[in-house]
Amino acid sequence: MRQVFTLLAIALIASTTLQAQDGGRKIPAVEIKALNGASFNTGSIENDGNPIIISFWATWCSPCKRELNTIAEDFVDWQDETGVKLVAISIDDARNMHKVKPYVDGQSWEYEVYLDPNADFKRAMNVNNVPHTFLIDGDGNIVWQHNSYQPGDEHELYELVEKLAAGESIN
Amino acid sequence: MKQLQLLSSTFLLVFLCTQTLTAQDEGGGLLDGLQIHGNFDVYGQQYNKDSIIGAPVVPQKSGINAFTNLIATKGKFTAGVRIESYLPPVQGFDVRYGNQPIGVPFRYATFKQDGLEVTAGNFYEQFGNGLILRAYEERALGIDNAFDGIRVKYSPYKGVYLKGLVGNQRYYWQKSDGIVRAFDSEFQLNELISQLETRALRISLGGSVVSKFQAGGTSSLKLPENVAGGAGRFQLNWKDFGLMGEYAYKANDPTKSNHYIYKEGQGLFMSATYSRKGFGVNISAKSIDNMEFRSDREAGLNDLFINYLPALTRQHTYNLAATLYPYATQPNGEVGIQGDLIYKIKRGSKIGGKYGTTIQINVSLINALKRDYYTSENIDTANALLDQQVYLDADPGRKGYKTNLLNIGDSVYYRDFNIEIDRKFTKHFKLKATYAFQEYNIALIQNKVSDNVVAHIGVVEGLHTFGKKHSIRWEAQTLFTDQDQGDWIFGLIEYGYSPHWIVTILNQYNYGNKVEDLRVNYPTAQVTYIQNALRMSIGYGRQRAGIFCVGGVCRNVPAANGLTVAITSSF
Repeated sequence: MRQVFTLLAIALIASTTLQAQDGGRKIPAVEIKALNGASFNTGSIENDGNPIIISFWATWCSPCKRELNTIAEDFVDWQDETGVKLVAISIDDARNMHKVKPYVDGQSWEYEVYLDPNADFKRAMNVNNVPHTFLIDGDGNIVWQHNSYQPGDEHELYELVEKLAAGESIN
Repeated sequence: MKQLQLLSSTFLLVFLCTQTLTAQDEGGGLLDGLQIHGNFDVYGQQYNKDSIIGAPVVPQKSGINAFTNLIATKGKFTAGVRIESYLPPVQGFDVRYGNQPIGVPFRYATFKQDGLEVTAGNFYEQFGNGLILRAYEERALGIDNAFDGIRVKYSPYKGVYLKGLVGNQRYYWQKSDGIVRAFDSEFQLNELISQLETRALRISLGGSVVSKFQAGGTSSLKLPENVAGGAGRFQLNWKDFGLMGEYAYKANDPTKSNHYIYKEGQGLFMSATYSRKGFGVNISAKSIDNMEFRSDREAGLNDLFINYLPALTRQHTYNLAATLYPYATQPNGEVGIQGDLIYKIKRGSKIGGKYGTTIQINVSLINALKRDYYTSENIDTANALLDQQVYLDADPGRKGYKTNLLNIGDSVYYRDFNIEIDRKFTKHFKLKATYAFQEYNIALIQNKVSDNVVAHIGVVEGLHTFGKKHSIRWEAQTLFTDQDQGDWIFGLIEYGYSPHWIVTILNQYNYGNKVEDLRVNYPTAQVTYIQNALRMSIGYGRQRAGIFCVGGVCRNVPAANGLTVAITSSF
């Protein structure tokens, strides 16, 4: 039991101490795949100084699809109003990754979608479970993250996107 | 324990230094630009006695799995550790995780510069689809076959990606005896050849070679110590079409699981897609023979796999469809085909309704690979003779059987036909209906004495939203079958208060069990709190024995009754 507490203590100290530095963290550069099989380096994710949403999802994850399909309904407005871009990272492995493009096109998503079949980018971003959503500010800093999804969360996310687009700090 | 104390003190020291020094030294010191981040996850279960559902008696009365990842980056360097703890492992996880209560099974350092990346220590890797090599982790399933060794990635030209590695694989708290050496190359022709850069046709080619070494041991058979394998792959994309294929080959590799035959293994995986806005279709086919590739010939379960053979079936998400009869790849031989279609009926049309309707259809058919045995028509007799290491005149090469990848057998391993219709009726109400027909070879996959299970599954899910923060989601599920445990009914209701709270109550009832005493209810309640990346949940109730799968690999979850606690966060 003592060991678990030690482990927890390390984790908690680390998380509280380090949360403050969240502001300066950039997207790690990891080689993943585009839907057409091309290599893609995540270090090159950018949006001309506008905010970016990075959302980790999978075809077998119901809350993930609920989140991305809900956002898709209003995404044109989100883009018009804030210039935001959504990068959806599928963590589907070889079993499902070839079904990702048909699904994305079938749902008419206007997102940039990439494949991370061996979870390399997921690991670099310290994602435990999907859905997991990150917000990146205009300078490329990771400024916010959120685990799991429930209906209504998209409103909170969009309020934060609006703040970022207006140049306000969200911390 | 000493190791951990040392480690924790080191990290605390590093944190304090980072904090103090970054504040002091704005001008750019040794630690300037150093960033430390990570995550942690704790999952605990408390176990009550419950013999009616077959819950195993746990002497410790509880189990806890926990891990923390810490990654430090500075410029071209990255280093990381994972501390894991099992006190004891949660039921359903391999007991061998309990051999050490806490430790650091994963640590690495990486250097990256100008297309070169070198990693020393532990790493995960995948070549192509993984048919010949995939080291990966699925923490929720207790799967981790990470390498411990050296990996070099290098991109000498634009569009050329090379990888080489050597290492031992993780085996719970130990390492494999076998050594794996591997090389992969991938060529993105449109990047490599400037004339192709703007063409609509995109081509990528890849090839890999993998070799494992394991000492021959004391068997009376002369076992090959070095076993080589390889794979070749292509992917083409043209406008709305996509086509991908991978072929893998493995030299003769006598193992416990293939009854020590000296036969080569083969695997083929093809996938074609067509998609445009509102419509997508995918057809895949796979055939494999004797492709179980592990770094230890005696290993079983999910241990020490070098390669990964994806299951060509839909990965269901609803409880009754996902956890009672999920298919698992049969690496020693199977042939399968899958079709998947999605169609979105336009919003505003007569059938599509005001907000549109989405239809998804999926069909998968998996059969045995037909084999012609040298010795006997009966598989069990043939295998028993091989296991006894009997020398057979008819099979001097000890190949076991003859087959080819197009030899489809009669034995049905799996059938799944399912259709899902999803429609938004009003701004505040969505409904989703699913029907699935499954046929499942329970004798093969779960080792139960039974005919194939034939099941009909129906699910209706509703989602109501109230204002911007409140929502109610419910599920009603039924499963009808004459085999195994008979009929089931499942109900769930979930209240969400965005962005912090979720309350879930569910029950499943095995009302159709032939044994009257086993017509049991499995009620569970759970409360979840979310604050940004932090998620905490606490639940109480009965957990049904079943098969829990992530990404096509599964573990058996035994029945349980008690309290569960989960905490996870990233920082």
